[in-house]
Amino acid sequence: MPGSPLLSRLLWSLVLLLGVSLALYGTFATVHYSWHWSVVWGYRAQFLWGWVATMVISLGAMVISMLLGFALMLGRRSPWEPVRLFCSGTVEIVRGSPLLVQLLIGYYIVATALHVNSPVLVGTILLGLFEAAYLAEIFRGAVESIGASQWEAARAVGFNTQQTYRHVIIPQAVRRALPGTTGELVSLIKSSSLLSVIGIEELVQKVRVMNSASYTALEGYLPLAVAYLIVTLPLSWWARRLERRFAYET
Amino acid sequence: MRLETRQVTKRYGKFMALNEASFQTTTEARVVALLGPSGGGKSTLLRVLGGLLLPESGEVLVNGEPLPHDPDAALVALRRNGFVFQGYNLFPHLSALQNIVLPLQEVHGLKTAEAQARAVELLTRLGLAEHQHKRPAELSGGQQQRAAIARALAPRPALLLLDEPTSALDPVMTGEVLDVIRELAEGGQKIVLATHEISFAKKVADWVVFLAQGKVVESCPAEQFFAQPTSPLAREYLEGLSRYR
Repeated sequence: MPGSPLLSRLLWSLVLLLGVSLALYGTFATVHYSWHWSVVWGYRAQFLWGWVATMVISLGAMVISMLLGFALMLGRRSPWEPVRLFCSGTVEIVRGSPLLVQLLIGYYIVATALHVNSPVLVGTILLGLFEAAYLAEIFRGAVESIGASQWEAARAVGFNTQQTYRHVIIPQAVRRALPGTTGELVSLIKSSSLLSVIGIEELVQKVRVMNSASYTALEGYLPLAVAYLIVTLPLSWWARRLERRFAYET
Repeated sequence: MRLETRQVTKRYGKFMALNEASFQTTTEARVVALLGPSGGGKSTLLRVLGGLLLPESGEVLVNGEPLPHDPDAALVALRRNGFVFQGYNLFPHLSALQNIVLPLQEVHGLKTAEAQARAVELLTRLGLAEHQHKRPAELSGGQQQRAAIARALAPRPALLLLDEPTSALDPVMTGEVLDVIRELAEGGQKIVLATHEISFAKKVADWVVFLAQGKVVESCPAEQFFAQPTSPLAREYLEGLSRYR
């Protein structure tokens, strides 16, 4: 549509969506899979509760991961070597090992030793720690991309280190960290599906239970994808809006 | 104002930016020009004099008082000074007005209304009143540099230190900024200016410190320096610069 970018975008989106749907439909039709949606419908309450669990855990883990990621970033830039080494080591080990192993050891060994018995609490913290390691590196990259001249200018107007971070470095770094952070948060929501290994009945686990109970195979998984997209798509959209709000020429 | 350094040394890795640089001005010096070839130590000496850089060894004295060697005490000392750099070092995420207001509030403890009033007063004086809400990227180079000068002047600094403030500007903008600096000098502001603008230095400076290879080669009243430089290095430098002007 000439002259109307919004309309043209809408139209193209529709065309692409239709094309992909047809292709999918064709593929499914070729393998002659017989769908039993009515069985799935009977489990809708279970499904909803699984979704709520996933969202609550993800939200908690997001808050933990941002705070902890920020602290780890500051720690890696600390003037004290032990702090620096500890934070670098934490980031490298957490980032470099599978979440599955961290969950199993964290819950069955560490949490047991500490007499913490809530899988949801432990799972949320472990998931938060896992993503914090990634966020710490995204934050560090953003902070270190602010040039030395800004540090000098901040010192020259009399700011101490804390004021420099607060008024000069962080506001500029937030904008540069936004795209990476969004990606990490979307990935966090999906990673929460692994928490079933420590016995948390989140969304994926509910679908597995339903599939085995009702002798269906795929009926649960399509709604599952939709249930994740309902959250991840708005998150990405909101992040893009934030990016535009923070946009300015440098 | 009497400025003095004693055997000041500052290294960047292996590079000796200042190598036992020593000089002393008289008490009457008001506008001190730091001259010399690039890489000679002008910018480093300017930062050391303002308390922005701490030397590895040596003493810096302002009016007979030594600058502290401890970073926290040095920060307190440098808050008495204002700095302007070659690259426009305004904060890009803040408007011209906010660039001035924020340090006044955070560092100098002014209330919002006082800080705003002071900032607007300075921006108006430097011809930027209508641009006060623009971010640095929306300003021309000359306007950015005038805003930077306004920010440096806002807390009424004892000493205004300018590090090649016009090196990144075209001739028209250079003129704008030099006009401002001359007015300040004529108004009695104490200034240290590192520059390659020899004819400007000749007009406003009353003391010259000539540096090369990290050492102070000459330190004398400006008139004397421009009329009769004693060192061959300074003579060569002046001749080289005045060849096409």
